[in-house]
Amino acid sequence: MSVAILLAIGTLTAVGIYLITARSLSRILLGFSLLGHAAVLALIGVGGAAGEPPIAGVADPSETANPLPQALALTAIVIGFGLSLFLLALARRQQLFIGDDLVEDDLEDQRVGSDPPPDDDPAAGSDATQEAGT
Amino acid sequence: MSALVALTVIAPLAAAALGLALRRQPVTRDAVTMVGLATATASSFAILYDVAANGPTALHVGDWPADLGIVLVADLFAALVLPIALSIIFVVELFAIGQRRTAWGANPELTGPLLSVLTAGVSLSLLTGDLFTLFVAFELILVSSYVLLTHQGRRGQIGSGMTYVVMNLFASTLFLLGLALVYGATGTVNMALLAERIPELSEGVRIGIGAWFFVVFGTKAAVFPLFSWLPNSYPTAPTTITAVFAGLLTKIGIYAMIRFHSLTGMDDLGAPMLILAGVTMIVGALGALAQNDVKRILSFHVISQIGYMLMGLGLFTAAGTAGAILFLIHHMPVKTVLFLVGGLIENHQGTSSLDRSGGLARKRPLLAVLFAIPALSLAGLPPFSGFVAKLGVIAAGIEANQPAIVAAALVAGALTLLSMTKIWTGVFWGEPQEASMTPSAARESRANRRLMVGATSLAVAGTLTISVVAGGLFDLAERAADDLRDGATYSSLILEEERS
Repeated sequence: MSVAILLAIGTLTAVGIYLITARSLSRILLGFSLLGHAAVLALIGVGGAAGEPPIAGVADPSETANPLPQALALTAIVIGFGLSLFLLALARRQQLFIGDDLVEDDLEDQRVGSDPPPDDDPAAGSDATQEAGT
Repeated sequence: MSALVALTVIAPLAAAALGLALRRQPVTRDAVTMVGLATATASSFAILYDVAANGPTALHVGDWPADLGIVLVADLFAALVLPIALSIIFVVELFAIGQRRTAWGANPELTGPLLSVLTAGVSLSLLTGDLFTLFVAFELILVSSYVLLTHQGRRGQIGSGMTYVVMNLFASTLFLLGLALVYGATGTVNMALLAERIPELSEGVRIGIGAWFFVVFGTKAAVFPLFSWLPNSYPTAPTTITAVFAGLLTKIGIYAMIRFHSLTGMDDLGAPMLILAGVTMIVGALGALAQNDVKRILSFHVISQIGYMLMGLGLFTAAGTAGAILFLIHHMPVKTVLFLVGGLIENHQGTSSLDRSGGLARKRPLLAVLFAIPALSLAGLPPFSGFVAKLGVIAAGIEANQPAIVAAALVAGALTLLSMTKIWTGVFWGEPQEASMTPSAARESRANRRLMVGATSLAVAGTLTISVVAGGLFDLAERAADDLRDGATYSSLILEEERS
């Protein structure tokens, strides 16, 4: 694998992961696109030396590039394309709800973290005594 | 036989396509979905019977050799888990048809076809013999689960759906990068060949690959530091959807982990796995105690129980793996049933919050029984299946001389019982509370309710059957574990058929 491909994979991964940690879904989407490219490049890169297009009857099988990683990469690209569209739809929906496509704070975690023990304890206690009384 | 293996994937996919085409005709659409799921489920039971009697088989799709094409392998492990998984989806679809006309039901036009696609993905991920098809199967499951989780488009669902989608998408991308690493190191993604070649790699590369895939599968399975997406997203979905997710999705992750890490002999990862298993159990159980909503409590228990399966795997002994397999088989239906009962509570009460429910034991005694059986089983009390499963894992832990993890498992079991008690006192005991939202109750017809209660009872009966036949299942699980740990059996199955 050439150094250029290695560097490209590294840069794409680094930028992709930086973007995924953002709060806005459109940036996350861009991050995933870049990470997906890094993965596809890695698949192609490990497939061995470059060669003729691996099409039967066009080139001598001994001179063609390894077709298996190419098949895997194509499948991965198609899946990534579909998922990008879904993420876009999700971002649009979130924008309709809150006017932006940000990931929201988790209210339930804040409740558990900040409140004193939730007030269902006395209720459960009185239920239990009630049950014992009957 | 190989036709049956193909049928478990093709029948649900065909049903999904037909169901989408016929989405405006409710009766035909539901019938098509049920037929598709029933065909797949019946085939899976036939496969189990055949594999247990005559040994495993492999199907070479398109007759390509194993290292180039797709292989579907029905070994004992896959054959044991497949019928359970498919039966769960079948029962949940029954429940979903009953729940359609209530405010809590999912969109009927989409649920059936999407569940069918999910079924195909589940079958494919259990049966596949190569890592790349496993990736595709995961995507098939995840894409349908993304839509199932968010298609109602309510505000909370979109918000928590985003966490779910982003986390799982990240794990999928890591999976793809991991595939490139594996292909670069070994020149194949076929698991039978990997079982031969990975043990021959240098130690650093081998452990690196094992750890990489531990993170990938661990994110799907919601193992300790990677679980935060689960309790946020699961409770917001319609009950039927959550029931399938909780029963199946994280379990597919742990299934893949058991298969990959056992086949490739990653014994070196045992110690970190055991530590994470212990933390997962305790953190999940403690998280459940802090909640006060039925669905959220149950979601945290999904995490806690994953710890037990990881513990069985992390021991890397035959008994441990067998225990993990049995735990998987026990856990999938029990968890699904608990969520279905949660759905019935929600339907009756208009909420699944503990504060606003109460006294259901008097008003709906059948519901109380339906909850009590799987809840006690989850906590691991005899004579239910949970007891046998926990006994298997814990006995393996004692045998492997790992007292710390055994202690963690026992503490987590006690905490589980405590939070089941919390649900019981909150929902079934005490003063009956007014239903907080009537429209759902008003629109719930008798026939619908019968179908939902019927489906839940069917599932409870299924979990009881598992307790009854647990002895036989444990023998099968031991055989499956031996096959898994001895990668040669698996390899010879795929590669010799290819040579012949």
